[in-house]
Amino acid sequence: MDGLKSQQVTFKLFRFNKDTDYLPYYNTYVLDVTHEEVILDVLNRIKWDHDGSLSYRRSCRHGICGICSIKVNGKAILACKARIFDLINVFGADMTIDPLSTKRAIKDLIIDKEDFWDKHAQVKPFLVTDVEENPSLENLVSPHDAEKLLEADYCIQCGACHYSCPALEINDRFIGPAAFAAAFRFAADVRDDSSLERLHIVNEETEGVWDCVKCMECAEACPKDVNPIEKITKLHNMIFDTGIAKDNVATRHAVGFAHSINKHGLLDEGELVRYSEGNIGVMKHLPEAFEMWKNGKIVMPWNMPKSKNLDEVKKLIESSSTVKF
Amino acid sequence: MQMLRYALYTGCTARESTPELLKSTLAVAEKLGIELVLLDEASCCGASHLQDYDDFLSLVLNARNICYAEKLGLTMVTICNTCQLNTAMTKHRLDTNPELKAKVNVKLAEVGLEYKGTSEVTHFLYAIIQDYGLENLAKKVNVPLSQFNIAPFYGCHNIRPSELQNLSNGGENPYNPTSLDDLIIACGGNNVDYDAKNKCCGFHAELQSPHTAAVLTGNALSGAIDANADWMVTPCPLCHLKLDVQHHGASKAIGREVSLPVLHMPQMVGLALGCTPAELGLQHHVTKVNFV
Ligand code: SF4
Ligand code: SF4
Ligand code: SF4
Ligand code: FES
Repeated sequence: MDGLKSQQVTFKLFRFNKDTDYLPYYNTYVLDVTHEEVILDVLNRIKWDHDGSLSYRRSCRHGICGICSIKVNGKAILACKARIFDLINVFGADMTIDPLSTKRAIKDLIIDKEDFWDKHAQVKPFLVTDVEENPSLENLVSPHDAEKLLEADYCIQCGACHYSCPALEINDRFIGPAAFAAAFRFAADVRDDSSLERLHIVNEETEGVWDCVKCMECAEACPKDVNPIEKITKLHNMIFDTGIAKDNVATRHAVGFAHSINKHGLLDEGELVRYSEGNIGVMKHLPEAFEMWKNGKIVMPWNMPKSKNLDEVKKLIESSSTVKF
Repeated sequence: MQMLRYALYTGCTARESTPELLKSTLAVAEKLGIELVLLDEASCCGASHLQDYDDFLSLVLNARNICYAEKLGLTMVTICNTCQLNTAMTKHRLDTNPELKAKVNVKLAEVGLEYKGTSEVTHFLYAIIQDYGLENLAKKVNVPLSQFNIAPFYGCHNIRPSELQNLSNGGENPYNPTSLDDLIIACGGNNVDYDAKNKCCGFHAELQSPHTAAVLTGNALSGAIDANADWMVTPCPLCHLKLDVQHHGASKAIGREVSLPVLHMPQMVGLALGCTPAELGLQHHVTKVNFV
């Protein structure tokens, strides 16, 4: 091991066999690791030298197949890509290794990814287009048009974002960041004829993009820099651009910002809630509003602060708006 | 030490539903001898919702806000995580894309402004840590918070996406953030560790997806309570609104009564510096601050 830096690390490893175990448990291994090793090397060493029954998935060992994703101290990683010394920098020398989703564990680090694939299938992740079956020429896409995909096609379907998404954890009908990125990837493809259909799918309440909490976990988790939340924002934009945005609390909430800024420069918080919810829907917020009012947290309409040089803001809204609702 | 001067972007919340945030920010700045010039010209950052509707308009408006800090030749400080995200995102996109910057500047020229990219944008939390320094702060603490277990709640938009945030937050790692913990320690308090400290409070989906938002708030409050926290502290007024005002909905969603006083980051610092409750606007809280 000449020239290699090495360090002792404690690995707590999630163990569970769906067929025989009632509850999961952890095995602890203290190992010397070198600065060259990735998590997959350690899993291999544990399997080969200590416990042949340890189960995990790996295939390409090059960050391409997306099968080896797991969590280390809550951070989703590709086992074949994540260097242990980088993880030591973040967490120190104690590492807990879990499957991407403990509630979906089948055996140790292997999970049932069925929900992930179902969500993918839901957005029709394939080109819908009329092509000649025996074309005489290639169907070329210009570099300029290819750039419109914003590298969404780099997704390796590892599930790191999907199983890091808190909205999905709570609302299992939510389509989730990976499938949204796929929906965008095809909706933005100039050859595709089904963009509008896909936008309708991600525009649904409860399932679609409106239920994203904007936590940015997906952008952080992705090992391929796909940046799903950026694609989700693009899908929002496309929903407005194509005119398919429905008149509901979510869309009015987005549009309400423009109205309010046009009037005050600042956001009129109370008016935003009223505008978004409507005059009846707003009632359910009254108990909280009353509590806030009692404590001096509600600005009355006649006291609403305004930005200085408000005329500039109005002028810019007039000249720079690109969308109508 | 040379006097620190910043352009303060208050955002909307600090001027409306969390007046205590603006009050305590100004009080702490005065105690520390930091000069904050208010950017009264600034408009709303769009809170990442205007961005969903009209991305270009939000770029123009946020660029205009930064112009006013540039005119003063000052770094812009924010006191809202979401303001920080949207302003820093605008800056980053314009600074790395000359074509987009030129397009935005065509619009700004109509009102006699130009976005240059000369002002940094940073959250007040990180300005205190990096520019003022925690050792210097610790020296000024005259009411150490040693009898309190304090749960830090970081808020997503100060720590993620790290690629953007690391330009101004000193390389904080979103999976193991430390800044707020360090600040609690500098104020003499005991920092409490719990799973939800770097998770989402749900604020941005509150109207569209109330159940999801309420569960996330509940998880945060219950996590802090189970870790034995006396109170929480957050650098974000939107997280504050969720945790301070909406604990009833959160309790219902997770089937357990959860409520805990929550302080804004400058309120905590202010307490340690000997500010009075009135100077920090503690009377504005919905979940009453019962320990001072
Ligand atoms: S930003 Fe939205 S899609 Fe991404 S992880 Fe958060 S809630 Fe899920
Ligand atoms: S978007 Fe990134 S994290 Fe999500 S499945 Fe694709 S490669 Fe994995
Ligand atoms: S994020 Fe909220 S507080 Fe900040 S400027 Fe926007 S609306 Fe105002
Ligand atoms: S083994 Fe294929 S991505 Fe890791």
